[in-house]
Amino acid sequence: MGSPTSSVLVPGPVRSTMLVVEGLWTWYKRNWRSSVISTVLEPALFLVALGVGFGSQVEAGPATLGLPYVQYLAPALLAATLMQTAMFESTYPVLSGFKWQRVYWAMISTPVGAAQVLSGQLAWLALRLLVSAVAFVAVAAALGALTSPMILLAILFAVLTGMAVCAPVMAYAATLESEGQQFNVLFRFIMMPMMMFSGTFFPVEQLPALVRPLIWVSPLWHGTELCRGVTIGSLDPLAALGHIAYLCALLALGAHLARRAFVRRLEV
Amino acid sequence: MLARGLSKRFGDFEAVRGVDLDVRPGEAFGFLGPNGAGKSSTMRMIACVSPRTGGDLAVLGMDPGRDGPRIRARLGVVPQQDTLDNELTVRQNLQVYGRYFGLSKAHVRARATELMDFAQLAERADDPVEPLSGGMKRRLTIARSLINDPELLLLDEPTTGLDPQARHLLWDRLFRLKQQGTTLIITTHYMDEAEQLCDRLVVMDGGRIAAEGSPGELISRHCTREVLELRFAPDAQGEVEPKVADLADRVEVLPDRLLLYTADGESALKAAHNRGVVPVSSLVRRSTLEDVFLHLTGRTLVD
Repeated sequence: MGSPTSSVLVPGPVRSTMLVVEGLWTWYKRNWRSSVISTVLEPALFLVALGVGFGSQVEAGPATLGLPYVQYLAPALLAATLMQTAMFESTYPVLSGFKWQRVYWAMISTPVGAAQVLSGQLAWLALRLLVSAVAFVAVAAALGALTSPMILLAILFAVLTGMAVCAPVMAYAATLESEGQQFNVLFRFIMMPMMMFSGTFFPVEQLPALVRPLIWVSPLWHGTELCRGVTIGSLDPLAALGHIAYLCALLALGAHLARRAFVRRLEV
Repeated sequence: MLARGLSKRFGDFEAVRGVDLDVRPGEAFGFLGPNGAGKSSTMRMIACVSPRTGGDLAVLGMDPGRDGPRIRARLGVVPQQDTLDNELTVRQNLQVYGRYFGLSKAHVRARATELMDFAQLAERADDPVEPLSGGMKRRLTIARSLINDPELLLLDEPTTGLDPQARHLLWDRLFRLKQQGTTLIITTHYMDEAEQLCDRLVVMDGGRIAAEGSPGELISRHCTREVLELRFAPDAQGEVEPKVADLADRVEVLPDRLLLYTADGESALKAAHNRGVVPVSSLVRRSTLEDVFLHLTGRTLVD
């Protein structure tokens, strides 16, 4: 039959990935309002309350690397915000794609395959994180919390941090058959401690030496070191490479596991 | 579509155990079978989203294992459970889905408008999907499956859960597609649906094909022309059964009825009366696909 599709090139993996991103973007255009609150408004309030409010009681000193507290906090809060957004975006929305809205099942009945559903979802999240980071930086700059142009590099590090979190979490989410109760455990016992004790609000040197190894595992600590270090110009290149390597490894491992989980679930 | 010895195993469970199928272009082909018979597993293999465990399979002349995306580009799929994005509008659902086939934005836009007319959804074009009725969602799913002008349309229980009006509208639409030359493969629990739509069908049971043919062929091969139903007070039917057993090719004893499968129901009824059998009520009817189905797959629940 002379259907109009027979003359059209079947999209390959890269194009398919882009089409998945486009589909998710269409959804976002309609539903972005609710996400603005969590990705822009909440971090901004955090910065005002802790950075400006609480920070007014903190004297600039060696612990704050000689900076006013709000300037010490802002680049680290950028990384922490993106980590949180990454967590939320790679849990319920992913489970929904499999279970509630089931849009992933719709995608794989087209030329798009399970692997491209994942790569599209990951690429989309990277974009989302990038936009969140830019919005955060704009707000922080307006509050006088950011002064160095190096923050632009910190944006990339923060996005990397977010991706290093979202790939493994997505792999986990893709294996769940439940209504997602496990996510609350993830939020309470992994995300919250990570948020509190990764050097965002105070130097990790304040913590007992015993828990230090736990902190090194935290992707957010690596992200915090990178973002704060590059913004205030204190980043040691060798240490930076180590942090980047750790985050990239986590991202690669997470993406590999997530790919396997997506294929197993969708193409059984 | 051609399958030889097609099988699918999930761990220790063998969902499909060696199935041979031929579906010719332009044909409407049905899968009947109780739950767990292997219909959906077979459909998913044909839809190129589930790798086969064994056997050969060719869809549109290609191997799903190697050419999955190329085959899927020419297929339309209506899954058993809706996979619509409830937070998008009717139009957006069609357009986003169409884009996954690599179709241009302009083409997808025009096609979406056509399909909304076809599915009688034009008035709801820019409403979100969430509040739509089950029938509307089903129509949208079918419209969506047509966005790429598929040569082969796979429908997994397309009308389950719909009211009679919605079912008839869907049948009408499917019939039109068939007339336009689209090949249809349908799974269903509804015998009337199979009789209405399918040129040929298979009855699946326990992962195997139990029977194959056109609805008429299946009835003549596996059933008599007519069925005489004799209704009795509960439990009275057992005593009567020996008296009428020789009047029919086959007698089935149900809790409140006897079913006499015979070529001529009226004369069987007369003969029964002559032997002094007095049922509460009686009915002579044509055999249906449902009789064939129950004969082949049994009356007991499988799950």
